[in-house]
Amino acid sequence: MGIMKPIAGTLAAGTILAASLAGAVQAQETDASVLAGTCANCHGTDGVSPGSIPSIAGQPYAVLIAQLQAFKAGEVPGATIMTRIASGYTDEELEAIARYFSEIEQ
Amino acid sequence: MVTRRTLIKSLGAVSVAAPMFSMPSIARGQSAGRVVVVGGGFGGATAAKYLKRQNPALDVTLVEASGRFYTCPFSNLYLGGLRDFESIGHSYDELTDVYGVNLVTDWAEGVDGDAHTVTLASGEVLDYDKLLLSPGVDMRWGAIEGYDESAAQLAPHAWKAGEQTQILKAQLESMDDGGLFILSSPENPFRCPPGPYERVSMIANYFTNNKPNSKILVLDSKDAFSKQGLFEAGWRELYGDMIEWVSLSNDGRVVRVDAENLEVETEFGEVHKADVLNIVPPQKAGAIADAAGVTNEGGWVPIVPETFESQQVPDIYVVGDATVAAPMPKSGFCANSQGKVAAAAIVASLAGQEPPAPSWVNTCYSVLAPDYGISVAGVYHVADGQIAEVADSGGVSPADADSDFRRREAEYAVGWYDAIARDTWGTGA
Ligand SMILES: Cc1cc2nc3c(=O)[nH]c(=O)nc-3n(C[C@H](O)[C@H](O)[C@H](O)COP(=O)(O)OP(=O)(O)OC[C@H]3O[C@@H](n4cnc5c(N)ncnc54)[C@H](O)[C@@H]3O)c2cc1C
Ligand code: HEC
Repeated sequence: MGIMKPIAGTLAAGTILAASLAGAVQAQETDASVLAGTCANCHGTDGVSPGSIPSIAGQPYAVLIAQLQAFKAGEVPGATIMTRIASGYTDEELEAIARYFSEIEQ
Repeated sequence: MVTRRTLIKSLGAVSVAAPMFSMPSIARGQSAGRVVVVGGGFGGATAAKYLKRQNPALDVTLVEASGRFYTCPFSNLYLGGLRDFESIGHSYDELTDVYGVNLVTDWAEGVDGDAHTVTLASGEVLDYDKLLLSPGVDMRWGAIEGYDESAAQLAPHAWKAGEQTQILKAQLESMDDGGLFILSSPENPFRCPPGPYERVSMIANYFTNNKPNSKILVLDSKDAFSKQGLFEAGWRELYGDMIEWVSLSNDGRVVRVDAENLEVETEFGEVHKADVLNIVPPQKAGAIADAAGVTNEGGWVPIVPETFESQQVPDIYVVGDATVAAPMPKSGFCANSQGKVAAAAIVASLAGQEPPAPSWVNTCYSVLAPDYGISVAGVYHVADGQIAEVADSGGVSPADADSDFRRREAEYAVGWYDAIARDTWGTGA
């Protein structure tokens, strides 16, 4: 692998260059489908559940955001896992996720 | 030396800021892009599906050695007598029939990163614009003296699901009541950090129902393990003193295996004789990663966190157990999550766009008994150029949870399996 080192070096250079421009542009846009992609592992692809975990696709935005905020705040008695997961997102991210699932047809 | 490809790469990194540098996104080929995926497990099957979901015009070919995939997740439940073997098997029908992925049932032997080709065992050569590898792990044969492929027929690892799992199951079934089951657990990093401990819980469940005088000994090459407090409390509550765990410091590290006699020797010379012997050996990235030149000295694949592209060879993306992605563990959940992030990055790159910001989650459920589940969860992002757990999120199930909580986690573990299996292969459990 003769090209290993130069490539790593070039990558690093690109990163530094990108970082120096970070003030001017946001290098990486948030994409709600990427944030929401991880929920599918428990709630099913597109939030349509095949099993014991509730479906979340097509629920009204207001319901979803209220549920997610309540999980994040630790205010859902008996929740087994969603408090630990919802606390991993900013309010803006939760809003984007709630909007994403609210727009999916059930 | 700056090759043309590395130049494109570094220019690509600033293309948003400097559009005048932007390059044609596909240097070769006429389609929207040709992506080859090697490995149809948690990472690869997910990536193939999500590539086609995001851009159906892509030409996606999945190379997978076996025609049917058996999951390690829930293989412990099969050992424990909670499910049958076929319930952990999945076909590739959804990928081919619904999403139009080309399936090639073959073994990928070599990768030429410069020529952008993959050579299969049949001799066929596939061209790619982007290559995604999700080969999982290979065992480090010989890392423990005496433990090689033929020893694994007598003392199975069962750390890849399939024939190995069935060998172990048959041995447990033919063992007499009052026998000793020994599991040797490796040092970090390895596939599924809670896996060995879920396994002995499930085998304790099987023994309790069928061979209640039997014992279980875990010989560990570590001094601590995933969800340790929860496992140890659960073992006491469910199985009394059936399971004994020996830490590294208490001479738990197995250094030699005599598979014929089902004996193991630990670091300080103690010999233990088992009736059924399960060796989980040290591991490394699947062989194709080495062949592609993307592994480091430790045998694992360093990746660019934002995209899971190899740090060493451009246009090769690697996800799943093969990668260095700590603090994310080597789990099926993570492999799926990484597969989606890499798919989005590939789709963006082929369209001449920047990759979206990544986000990953992990949850590992462990089932200790049919109505007793525990979990560990984490949410991850990139901070200061590294994968990091989002502060104040994730963690393990509460230590003081009541039996209803544990029962619901066992039920949700099954819900998780149903969902991730459907998300990855489109087939139910
Ligand atoms: C006992 C046990 C329990 C587990 N439980 C859980 C759990 O509850 N939850 C969880 O999230 N994870 C669990 N895991 C971990 C999980 O199995 C792995 O993390 C996951 O399989 C990794 O996905 P992957 O895509 O990297 O590799 P794999 O899923 O192993 O897929 C790799 C695929 O690539 C194919 N392949 C490899 N090389 C080639 C080649 N050269 N050519 C063609 N095909 C090739 C293989 O045939 C295989 O199908 C468990 C693991 C074990 C051992
Ligand atoms: C590890 C599995 C898992 C993951 C990952 C997961 N959830 Fe959940 N979710 C659950 C479970 C289980 C419940 C039931 C409440 C509980 O026990 O925490 C739930 C409940 C919910 C509910 C309430 C549904 C209702 O009708 O009561 C919403 C909304 C929700 N989750 C959204 C999400 C979103 C959005 C994501 C992704 C950011 C996500 N979940 C990721 C397992 C998961």
